[in-house]
Amino acid sequence: MENKIKKVDLIFGKVDYLDILSKSLKRTRDELILDVIDSGLRGRGGAGFPTGLKWKFAKNEEADQKYVICNADEGEPGTFKDREILTEAPEKVLAGMALCGYCIGATEGYIYLRGEYNFLLPSLNKAIEKFHNELKKLKLDFTIRICSGSGAYVCGEETALMESMEGKRGEPRNKPPFPTSFGYLGKPTSVNNVETLVFALMIAQEGPAKFKEMGTFDSRGSKVFSVSGDTPSPGIYELELGMTLEQFVEEFGDGDTKAVQVGGASGFCVSRKEFKNTVIGFEGIPTGGSMMLFNSSRSMFNILNDYLEFFEEESCGQCTPCRVGCQQLLKGIEAVKKGIKPPKYLEELQKLSDTMRIASKCGLGQSVPNPFNSIINNFREEIIY
Amino acid sequence: MSKYKVNLKINNIPISVDEGTTILDAARQLNFKIPTLCHHDDLCVAGNCRVCVVEQKGNRALPASCATPVSEGMEIQTNSLKVRQARKHIVELLLTEHNADCTKCFKNGFCELQEMSNAYRIGDHVFIDLVMEKDKVTDISSPSIEKDDSKCIRCQRCVRTCTSMQYVSALAVTHKGNDMRISTFLDKPMNDVVCTNCGQCINRCPTAALTERSYIDEVFDAIYDPKKFVVVETAPATRVAIGEEFGMEPGTRVTGKMVSALRRLGFDKVLDTDFTADLTIMEEGTELLTRLKEALVDGKDVALPMLTSCSPGWIKFQEHLYHDLLDNLSTCKSPQQMFGPLAKTYYAEKVNKNPADMVVVSIMPCTAKKFEAERPEMRGSGYKDVDYVLTTRELGRMIHQAGIDFEKLEDEKYDSILGESTGAGIIFGNTGGVMEAALRTAYEIVTGREVPFTNLSIRPVRGMEGVKEASVKIKDVKPEWSFLEGVDLNVAIAHGLVNAKTLMDRIKAGDANYHFIEIMACPGGCIGGGGQPIPTNMEVRKKRAAGVYEEDEAMVIRKSHENPEVTELYESFLHEPLGHKSHDLLHTHYTPRKRH
Ligand SMILES: Cc1cc2nc3c(=O)[nH]c(=O)nc-3n(C[C@H](O)[C@H](O)[C@H](O)COP(=O)(O)O)c2cc1C
Ligand code: SF4
Ligand code: SF4
Ligand code: SF4
Ligand code: SF4
Ligand code: FES
Repeated sequence: MENKIKKVDLIFGKVDYLDILSKSLKRTRDELILDVIDSGLRGRGGAGFPTGLKWKFAKNEEADQKYVICNADEGEPGTFKDREILTEAPEKVLAGMALCGYCIGATEGYIYLRGEYNFLLPSLNKAIEKFHNELKKLKLDFTIRICSGSGAYVCGEETALMESMEGKRGEPRNKPPFPTSFGYLGKPTSVNNVETLVFALMIAQEGPAKFKEMGTFDSRGSKVFSVSGDTPSPGIYELELGMTLEQFVEEFGDGDTKAVQVGGASGFCVSRKEFKNTVIGFEGIPTGGSMMLFNSSRSMFNILNDYLEFFEEESCGQCTPCRVGCQQLLKGIEAVKKGIKPPKYLEELQKLSDTMRIASKCGLGQSVPNPFNSIINNFREEIIY
Repeated sequence: MSKYKVNLKINNIPISVDEGTTILDAARQLNFKIPTLCHHDDLCVAGNCRVCVVEQKGNRALPASCATPVSEGMEIQTNSLKVRQARKHIVELLLTEHNADCTKCFKNGFCELQEMSNAYRIGDHVFIDLVMEKDKVTDISSPSIEKDDSKCIRCQRCVRTCTSMQYVSALAVTHKGNDMRISTFLDKPMNDVVCTNCGQCINRCPTAALTERSYIDEVFDAIYDPKKFVVVETAPATRVAIGEEFGMEPGTRVTGKMVSALRRLGFDKVLDTDFTADLTIMEEGTELLTRLKEALVDGKDVALPMLTSCSPGWIKFQEHLYHDLLDNLSTCKSPQQMFGPLAKTYYAEKVNKNPADMVVVSIMPCTAKKFEAERPEMRGSGYKDVDYVLTTRELGRMIHQAGIDFEKLEDEKYDSILGESTGAGIIFGNTGGVMEAALRTAYEIVTGREVPFTNLSIRPVRGMEGVKEASVKIKDVKPEWSFLEGVDLNVAIAHGLVNAKTLMDRIKAGDANYHFIEIMACPGGCIGGGGQPIPTNMEVRKKRAAGVYEEDEAMVIRKSHENPEVTELYESFLHEPLGHKSHDLLHTHYTPRKRH
């Protein structure tokens, strides 16, 4: 069996980003957007919305002002790839933002930077200053500012992020309306993950065909992964999409991997017996980049417990299914573990988590059932005994 | 505006509604009632409780019907199995966070959460109770408001009320996750923050998390104490709303039944705050004319425009946020607080009672008046002028508790004296009413003629617009008022504190040349007061307001200066408006307060 995962270097490789920009500015916005649509690029922040479509929606809105926001909140436990990109290739991120600005008709961009990444501020500000000067030569009217995050995980959710930028409490908004029509300060806004913006820039350079060649039908191109946990080689890797977990574990596992948490705390836990049939990508298990490997020394109860404690605290608390649901799931597994509730109580909790998935207001509450159900289904015994 | 029609199906029934309509409202049009908790007709959309979720064909998630606009071709199920399961879970989750001691609870029988829990028959608690003993503490620092966080379902109705409707922001959402709660600046007690005690949040709270401080037991104790002579005064706005506590339509005029019920409850005398509303007009009208004279004739630097002072919620708002303009505020006490000291002096003498043995109870549409009665300056009689203030809702409770069949009662009349009132006193209950009553009197004093409006109805000051303005030309004045000849008397009216803010900011910016301004803290004025029956919303306010105007038109006397008891009071006791006795009993002063 062929088992080489293709390593790619689109994100971190040095490019002449000004050349890409100046060539792009000679093309029409529609052409550029069509290329992004054609490439099949989907958002790398987790939700996986087709990036080209998002830009098209924002472009089609009539407004006196529009905004580009680069989502660098990176709060998902186990993810640290955006930090790396902003450290190693900040000019590519800025150029991606400018490209997006040109495409949708925005002259202002913001980087919403995770509070813990404030140490990047000096270098980023320097890069922005340099970039602004370069843009003058290109005669592109686009200004980038940095907005420091508030430290709450939920502020990575795009509408909570914009509320927080507006100086309000970081609570997700009702959708619709979507940010592309009613975003920051009520104006059409394209919120894109750090990595997404760089891929968009690379697609402008290489053309959609080359990007499309990689990956699978549903998951085109490559993706930056943050590999952590029980692995001899933790770190950041850009890999072609479409590999199976078996291939992944072969490459990164320590020989005793019993489960991989794909997509961070809000992602899915896949157990050893499913590695072979699980594709990493939108057709299988999607991920914003986090891959955590667990070997047999780990207690899955503790892992689930940690995740639930995280969500119980990080829920913004506004909606009932998520605020109270998280507490119930956490208290619930503790009660089962202690024998206060019978094992079949786990079924009640799974029903409850189904309600959280369909009735919560935002992606946070909607995805708590991912780790919950996947861990309970795969490791029921570890939860009970 | 948007008149595009959108076609959709709700529970398989086709319907066509205006673009922008929510699923909730579209369903209402088809007579499907979707349960709601965080939604309130007066407030902006929140979409946070999630009990209103519905199933939408092709959508894996259940959208919140209150927060989701209809779209073309949508197919909605409001009561599918999926919806029912989710709704049941959500109500149950709320209950696990909730100190559900219904039988001891002030809201028992009037509670939206309880209603929902009954509707979904949530008896068998599947999930774990999350309420801890340490959370069961109630903040009773305020004489107006009780805040019990253990009953809070975090719907944020109060926050939206206090922020958007009242521009006070005394309440805010703090913390997140399992710790998320509704709190004040630095978690200070309610009485130590910017809260105006308006009670609008109480009126919108679906549970017992925010309620009025209730003094029902104290009042019953007084009534049954043979040594006490207990008189009750009733505000203008209660008589068109108290019927709602007994299932009657908002705006139903039940003055006679209310008087009868109060007597049956055992009050020794049933008197009327409308009487002191008329008296307020005499004092405040004179104060306005005096200020105008000082400005126009004596060239003095007097504070104009003059602001009304009948609304204690508004007064506290101004003390906190606009204390640099306190000189503009009329020194008149509110009608409630004019009543108290008169009852314990003038009236006590007339009925030969020792004021020390008197208890004055007032029935108000207002929670801020509970705070007002506690102000240290409100002791003009030498005693606490008003002993207990009850809301319209509390009176409803008392009548229920006493087993009085309200609807069947015969009409009875107020006792005399301090029971006579005019139409002008009654319209104090509506936004624009104080202004209208003042104009009816001031215009006539100055010109000797009635105000030039058909049937005495000064339409420009009426209605539910947030800020209203009017101008009355004063012509052919009596000789002693010659300085007002040809003057356009410019007035403005604001109700709801967010509108008060708009008006005050204009005054501060020097961009308003009004002489006289009426401000009421509550939307619609007192008929929309924080102590009024629940629910209160625009439709209800309009009905109550109409009731007030009907009551006015049904009165024989409709001008304050023609109230014979008021005339008698001046002749035999006060002697003249703004006189020495008035100063001691009917006027007050204010306290600048900080924002935080
Ligand atoms: C609770 C929560 C946290 C999120 N955190 C992030 C984040 O840290 N970074 C990010 O790019 N997207 C995050 N997202 C996804 C964003 O809402 C949004 O979909 C994304 O920024 C869009 O960019 P993309 O299309 O390029 O992925 C989060 C979503 C949720 C529900
Ligand atoms: S799902 Fe959770 S994080 Fe999202 S709005 Fe609801 S409470 Fe807030
Ligand atoms: S607030 Fe409602 S549900 Fe809660 S205890 Fe009171 S009556 Fe019962
Ligand atoms: S009483 Fe009025 S001012 Fe006070 S918290 Fe409630 S709404 Fe705000
Ligand atoms: S205090 Fe009342 S209105 Fe405010 S959030 Fe709690 S339950 Fe809702
Ligand atoms: S009523 Fe719709 S979410 Fe609360």
